[in-house]
Amino acid sequence: MLQFLLKRLLQAMLVMSIISIACFAIQDSLGDPTREMAANSISSEERVLLREELGLNDSTIVQFGRFIGRAVQGDLGNSYFFKEPAMTVILKKLPATLELSFAASILIIVISIPLGVFTAIRPRHWFSRLTMAISVIGISIPVFLTAIGLIFIFSVTLGWMPSFGRGETVEMWGYWSSNFFSGDGLLHIIMPAVALSSIMLPLFIRLVRAEMLEVLSTEYVKFARAKGLSSYKVYMKHALKNTMLPVITVGGVQIGIMVAYTILTESVFQWPGMGFMFLEAVNRSDIPLITAYIMFVGFLFVVVNTLVDLLYGVINPMVDLVGGNK
Amino acid sequence: MKNKLQLMGGLFCAGMLAFTVVDAKTLRLAYDADPVTLDIHEQLSGGVLQLAHMTFDPLIRWTKDLGFENRLATSHERLNDTTVRFNLRKGVKFHSGNSMTAADFSWTFDRLKNSQDFKGIFTNFSALNVVDDYTIDLVTTGPYPLVLHTATYIFPMDRKFYTGTDSNGNDKGEIVKSGASFASTNLSGTGPFTVTSREQGVKIEFERFADYWDKSSPGNVDKIVFTPIKDEQTRVAALLSGGVDMIAPVSPNDFGQIRSSSKADLVTKAGTRIIMFQMNQERRAELKDIRVRQAIVHAVNNDAIVKKIMKGFATTAGQMSPKGYLGHNPKLTPRFDLEEARNLMKEAGYENGFTLTMMAPNNRYVNDDKIAQAVAVMLSKINIKIDLQTMPKAQYWPMFDDRAADLMMIGWHSDTEDSANFNEFLTMTPNSDTGMGAYNSGNYSSSFVDESTMAANQETDPAKRASMLQAVEERIYQEAGIVPLHWQNLAWAARKGVNIEPIVNAMNFPYLGDLVID
Repeated sequence: MLQFLLKRLLQAMLVMSIISIACFAIQDSLGDPTREMAANSISSEERVLLREELGLNDSTIVQFGRFIGRAVQGDLGNSYFFKEPAMTVILKKLPATLELSFAASILIIVISIPLGVFTAIRPRHWFSRLTMAISVIGISIPVFLTAIGLIFIFSVTLGWMPSFGRGETVEMWGYWSSNFFSGDGLLHIIMPAVALSSIMLPLFIRLVRAEMLEVLSTEYVKFARAKGLSSYKVYMKHALKNTMLPVITVGGVQIGIMVAYTILTESVFQWPGMGFMFLEAVNRSDIPLITAYIMFVGFLFVVVNTLVDLLYGVINPMVDLVGGNK
Repeated sequence: MKNKLQLMGGLFCAGMLAFTVVDAKTLRLAYDADPVTLDIHEQLSGGVLQLAHMTFDPLIRWTKDLGFENRLATSHERLNDTTVRFNLRKGVKFHSGNSMTAADFSWTFDRLKNSQDFKGIFTNFSALNVVDDYTIDLVTTGPYPLVLHTATYIFPMDRKFYTGTDSNGNDKGEIVKSGASFASTNLSGTGPFTVTSREQGVKIEFERFADYWDKSSPGNVDKIVFTPIKDEQTRVAALLSGGVDMIAPVSPNDFGQIRSSSKADLVTKAGTRIIMFQMNQERRAELKDIRVRQAIVHAVNNDAIVKKIMKGFATTAGQMSPKGYLGHNPKLTPRFDLEEARNLMKEAGYENGFTLTMMAPNNRYVNDDKIAQAVAVMLSKINIKIDLQTMPKAQYWPMFDDRAADLMMIGWHSDTEDSANFNEFLTMTPNSDTGMGAYNSGNYSSSFVDESTMAANQETDPAKRASMLQAVEERIYQEAGIVPLHWQNLAWAARKGVNIEPIVNAMNFPYLGDLVID
């Protein structure tokens, strides 16, 4: 176990150093941050001075060396716009994004498993056909269109839902501001979560359905039926449990990807999370923040994959994490 | 299930209540971005100037019709060619409780002269002399016609509040662009609103300053909750769903939706930002030929761009100075004439045309990339093939600095609301010593334009100055120095009952202190 975790930690460090090199390689095409920091009318000498102050006149190698030197001490530089350490900014925005992803995941799990199971058990039922038809449409509508559609119907036309922001949040442990503990907060998270889940939901329904169909045709399910077990027991206890293994693998990776999808959802709903922050950082050429965000997301992917592998081991004891002989 | 539904219903109702019960005196405001700092001298940008007008007061300010009105000055008089005396308002308090005196102006002036962004505006000013506690003299290096224009940038800062060192041992008055400073996170001005809380990029809350000096202001807003909403459709949706009371800017694409709504009003104003293309004569010999430049100007249909792409949300331009500026020359109108353009190309010997490269930003000006595409198509009618590249502003400005294309788009707003500023940056001969022509990517050069602009900057008689600046515009028009397109309009929208019409202006600093909410 420890060996496995250590291996993953090494992997994470490797991933992050590769990302940081990539970030520096493209730095010049990220634009000139002084354009966002100073008026158009300042003289070119002033601009050079400002670039000097930011250390942008040095060669890429020198800048990279300086960056690595600080990064190993845990300092990824200061955001130009927020005027705070980039990591502080990211950690401040993290709860909003994680809560949004969490809410969307809950929606996906709660909806996709019953629907997937139902469509597998009763493939010819009208409801199954309807579900499959809608999921085809759902998978092909871009997330921002879903988001704008939701805003137009539920906020502008019906006036039921707030159209932007997190609303009233509740401070937890002095750091984490949460949407889940106030009515206003919950109301604000519904539409963004629905929009965010809309991309993944059809995928998961299809995945659960396909896996379930496969399991239902196996010998042991047939045997269970022959043994005279009730349908409920056959479906829920024997079939579903074995369906979940591939779903968790795919799901874990997909949830990582979902963090990336939050960029679109957050910018439409003005959700003050990491995705929106990243998009704005790109617009403002806030280079330290861009670099820190990409590295952080890389780290997040490694963490999610590790968790998925651990979970896999818990569900299926046959999986050997470290590999090799036992 | 039923319980769940009831719970959901309950949540909906609770949310609706929180959502619709609105204190009439609170303004929930949404712009596309929040100011990057609370230090009004750190950056010369629209957002920071809007903040300055909310939390500070200038000596004098622009009126809607581009005239001046006194704010912290009560009167002014010209003593001699280089000195203007201002009498200051008495009994004005800063948010900190300190009283405002001439010493605060002197301190502020020194700080302005030190500010990277603002020093350019104050280059012609040599001193601000304190005569007594409530009298100051502004002294210029020579006769200078724009003393009042510039005085609109003097917002006195609270000298005592910003003097000393903060908890990190740094000078409280320091201007820091690359990081946080005392002044970028704390504020004490004389303005109608104080900042009560601020989370960068998320929300700023303002409260009306109880000791505000202007008791005659009709403004009745007690509290402002400012939320930046970046996406233009989300901003409109927030207004129409009652989430906010006032939004800006509004994209022309959303005008119809707001106009047809019974809940909100749209207010538009002719703006002063000119959008144009510059033709690089250094890169392309063809563009040195005045006939070719004329042909390009004649081939561009400004009217079609304004009608079709801008949906009427712009004013066609034949020159740089908008109406209301001294240099605006009413004779100089757009001159779309395809026949004439073709003849000019023929005369110049380029009947078969040539290829030009063109660059434009795609997120800086309203519909910038679509305008560039339209101009490219228009130029193809006179056999000029355009190789167009559009890019986000972050990538565009380095390209502009490199003069990377033959035709480059630029939009410009004159910081002084005066015509000479256009010439100084856009049409005077580029000169790295004087700093003139810094944004003249076309290398258009005319000694008449150079000399007349400089002379106009010494001319204090407005009538003479107007004729000089108008002559400059005419010369640029005749020589087709640039391809003027249009002046971008400005638009705001507000919930009915929020009377924004009287407080918005072409400079785009809404005077929110005077806002009345029914």
